[in-house]
Amino acid sequence: MNELVFFINNVVIAGSVTGSIYAIGAVGVTLVFSIMRFAHFAHADMMTFGAFMVLLLTLAFPGVGGVVGLPTPVVMLPLAIVLTALLAVGIDKAFYKPLRAHGVKPIVLVIGSLGVTLMLQGLIRLFAGTGAQNLYLAGERKEIYRIALPIEGVRAPIVITEPQIILFVLTVTAVVGLHLFLNRSRLGKAMRAMSDNPDLARASGINTNTIVAVTWVIAGGLAAIAGTLLSLDVTFKPDLSFFLLLPIFAAAIVGGVGHPYGAIAGGFVVGFAETLAVFNWSVLLRPFRDSLPEWLAQAGNLAFVGTEYKIVVPFFILVAILVWRPTGIFKGKVI
Amino acid sequence: MPLLEARDVHGGYGGMNILNGVNMTIEADEIGVIVGPNGAGKSTMLKAVFGLLTVSQGEILLRGEPIHNLPPNKLVQKGMGFIPQEKNVFPSLTVKENLEMGAFLKPGNVKRMLKNIYDVFPPLYDKRHQPAGELSGGQRQMVAMGRALMAEPEILLLDEPTAGLSPLYMNEIFERVKEINAAGVGILMVEQNAKQALAIADKGFVLAAGQNRFTDTGAALLADPEVAKSFLGG
Amino acid sequence: MSTQQEHASRRDDTVAAPSRFPLREVVLFGAVLAAVLGVYAVMGVAYSTRMLVEAACYAILALGLTIQWGYAGQFNAGVMGFVALGGFCAMFFSVPVNDAFWGTELPGELGRVLLYLAAAAMLVFGATRLDRVGVPKKLRTLIAIVLAVVLYLVVISMLREVTDEIESRAGFIGGLGLPAWTGWIVGGALAGGVGYFIGHICLGLRSDYLAIATLGIAEIIKAFLKNSDWLTRGTATVSPLPWPTPGPSTLGFTLSRALYLSVTAVMIAAIFFLLHRAYHAPWGRMIRAIRDNEVAASAMGKDINRRRLEIFVLGCILMGIGGGALTSFNSLFDPQGYLPLNHTFLVLVMVILGGPGNNLGTIFGAVAVYIIWIMSEPLALALMNLAVWVGEGAFGWEPPGNLDSRALQARVFVIGLLITLVLRFAPQGLLPEKVKHHG
Repeated sequence: MNELVFFINNVVIAGSVTGSIYAIGAVGVTLVFSIMRFAHFAHADMMTFGAFMVLLLTLAFPGVGGVVGLPTPVVMLPLAIVLTALLAVGIDKAFYKPLRAHGVKPIVLVIGSLGVTLMLQGLIRLFAGTGAQNLYLAGERKEIYRIALPIEGVRAPIVITEPQIILFVLTVTAVVGLHLFLNRSRLGKAMRAMSDNPDLARASGINTNTIVAVTWVIAGGLAAIAGTLLSLDVTFKPDLSFFLLLPIFAAAIVGGVGHPYGAIAGGFVVGFAETLAVFNWSVLLRPFRDSLPEWLAQAGNLAFVGTEYKIVVPFFILVAILVWRPTGIFKGKVI
Repeated sequence: MPLLEARDVHGGYGGMNILNGVNMTIEADEIGVIVGPNGAGKSTMLKAVFGLLTVSQGEILLRGEPIHNLPPNKLVQKGMGFIPQEKNVFPSLTVKENLEMGAFLKPGNVKRMLKNIYDVFPPLYDKRHQPAGELSGGQRQMVAMGRALMAEPEILLLDEPTAGLSPLYMNEIFERVKEINAAGVGILMVEQNAKQALAIADKGFVLAAGQNRFTDTGAALLADPEVAKSFLGG
Repeated sequence: MSTQQEHASRRDDTVAAPSRFPLREVVLFGAVLAAVLGVYAVMGVAYSTRMLVEAACYAILALGLTIQWGYAGQFNAGVMGFVALGGFCAMFFSVPVNDAFWGTELPGELGRVLLYLAAAAMLVFGATRLDRVGVPKKLRTLIAIVLAVVLYLVVISMLREVTDEIESRAGFIGGLGLPAWTGWIVGGALAGGVGYFIGHICLGLRSDYLAIATLGIAEIIKAFLKNSDWLTRGTATVSPLPWPTPGPSTLGFTLSRALYLSVTAVMIAAIFFLLHRAYHAPWGRMIRAIRDNEVAASAMGKDINRRRLEIFVLGCILMGIGGGALTSFNSLFDPQGYLPLNHTFLVLVMVILGGPGNNLGTIFGAVAVYIIWIMSEPLALALMNLAVWVGEGAFGWEPPGNLDSRALQARVFVIGLLITLVLRFAPQGLLPEKVKHHG
């Protein structure tokens, strides 16, 4: 039974954490794709930017969290969301809109977004340096909850940290909020309409510039949430971007590009796949040691890939989905 | 003052002119029909009216006000509705949501107009929660017309509304067009089924090579032996 | 109608013939030549020759990218991976034989595991064909997956054992002690093979997917080379790498580098000539027809995807060769030294600035951008120092310690800005492709 708790801690909780972060990131990518029809490579650096804003705000107002009873970075998150959303809209105005106005092929926009991602990377690291930094400043600490199971013989508790709980709450809030926005609000429906058929949306009098701006606000806001949650769970690392891009794009494609709910599902698929792949399965075999053949019982490491090869997992998923079902499990709109 | 007037309109795509001087006039309660052979510039003319392509010369007036080269969303505000030939619904949105999108600029209209549209097209009421992409071709055409009517346009532009429909639905669509017109909406439509379309038309415009070849009332065009010989298949 | 089209295409061909004096080319190359001479005057001969050799290697990479992007409209966001593959092969083939490895039973052990690996792969492949002998498709899939998982776990744990043993007893398996150029060729072939794999998967999908996949494979190749200590010594790096020409110890820096430069120059000339021939051959015309109007080209019965794959693989081969040449010249194989910025985006800037699809423009772009890149390093540092000096003097501001790495970040920003600006204001590059197309 201790092994089961170990499994829950290292796979169920860890996988949900990674999955939530990928899901929120992938929703942004998929929304941008469905409205503007290009793969936005600067998304991971927008996440980093959001987390960096939280870091700066936390440094500027270190004591706020204590007043409210939440960690300061979480209190600063809404402001960071606004800043990142503004950044996203600004980037679009400055770099993508002129390209769109020239009627370039989508792939040129992709290259443009790579240029933008380098600019963001350069700026962030110019100011933040390249080292990892903890969002929890001195004086605040991560609460860790240990839940002992009321079962005979189980000594190991289930361990969950405060940022992880916040992460789950925020993920659910973001998903529900997005669902309500897309299905209930006039702008949300217009967004779906434009993703379905941009020409008809224009012919219906929908102002496409407004929709584009709204899309960037949402994508930027979600990126800020995802980046901050990632940094809260571990630390703020300014140089993650290319390692985040692949799982996020894999998640968006698995879910079917242009399909927000698919992206959420895809995020969890990729997150759990990563966690399961680096999990050392020999731990689960330990209780049955006596009844196993010797070579299997002796195996010390039964992980599929080492943690250093984690990035292979989303790539493998990406390749598999492109080979078997390029439209994704929920059938995306555009290939 | 005519509802819609086009004077010597020239225009096309990427420097290649398709329209070489088209004239047309439609009064407030009229049905205007554009017919002509393939490549005559029928749909192009309709797109020019709706601001989807640049008018390089000439002018288009809506109630005397120049409107050429205004963006489509401005034209919708000014009381124009447009139904493209294909891809005329939002496939993943429900029927109701499709209709709501038609009134995007007039959110106050939604409740009242939804009721009106369901009265005109009863089948849509039954399917209002179904994604429009799952409907049959004829029902989609109804959704498309309903969507355009939601904004209470003064004039409705239809691009080959009966293309690819069975004869049964074709008649139904023509009936609806007449009904809509009877309710006070001006109509300008492009049609392949020239005979049936001219039969309900107040004005007919026969285009060829981007210019008016014949312009008269629908009945007169139908009766004209020359039109019949060259454009209506004998 | 058809005679009209013929007429139009003939007129286009006459436009393509270079009847005018190539003023733009002469001016731009003259400017590059002046810059090179300036660098020679200021930085000395040995340093400047090194810069030219590296620029020449980059020109090979850029030619690889320009045919992918300029000829076929395929965007490769993972040049770094193919460069690293070429570099690895250059290292593996040219480094002396490691007797501490070959003198033991370890090669046999490794060979046995690799044999198992091949056998396991064939078994799994066989399982995927079980439906041919009447096994239901769902059951076949299940069997294949379970078999793959189990065999993978078995083989990988055996491989881990052997590689750990190699690392602890012999360090790494060493090289083959062959001339460096064999490594370049094999590196090109390996890069082409990986390119074939990726290209084949993304064939017929939107080019965005190719960009994502190449970006991913580049990071994976790097992760593999970095963590496979038994094969590459990983972060411990391998040096020195022998050159295909006499090294600095026999000829001195300047002369040996000049000799290396002439080798790369001959390579560029050969590639340039072959590409030029191909571009004007029916094959090149077909490629351009596909890029300019895919629908029309496929309607004319052209096998678009096949041609595209050929172009993509060809580009990857060039990247592998260029990467081999570059790594050999640096005489150091350091997997961590392969950076997206230096080996993907720098090449991208060279191509889009020089003129995608124009080989001469690409070579111009490669040399010009590389000079700016190399010169920007001391410049950025000087600017940073100036800023620190002003900051300290005026505000008593404490400068951060890692100025070098921050100066590097300023260059990251500038490269990004350059990409966006070129796309917006000079989408055809400074030396645009000459042939006129119609829409």
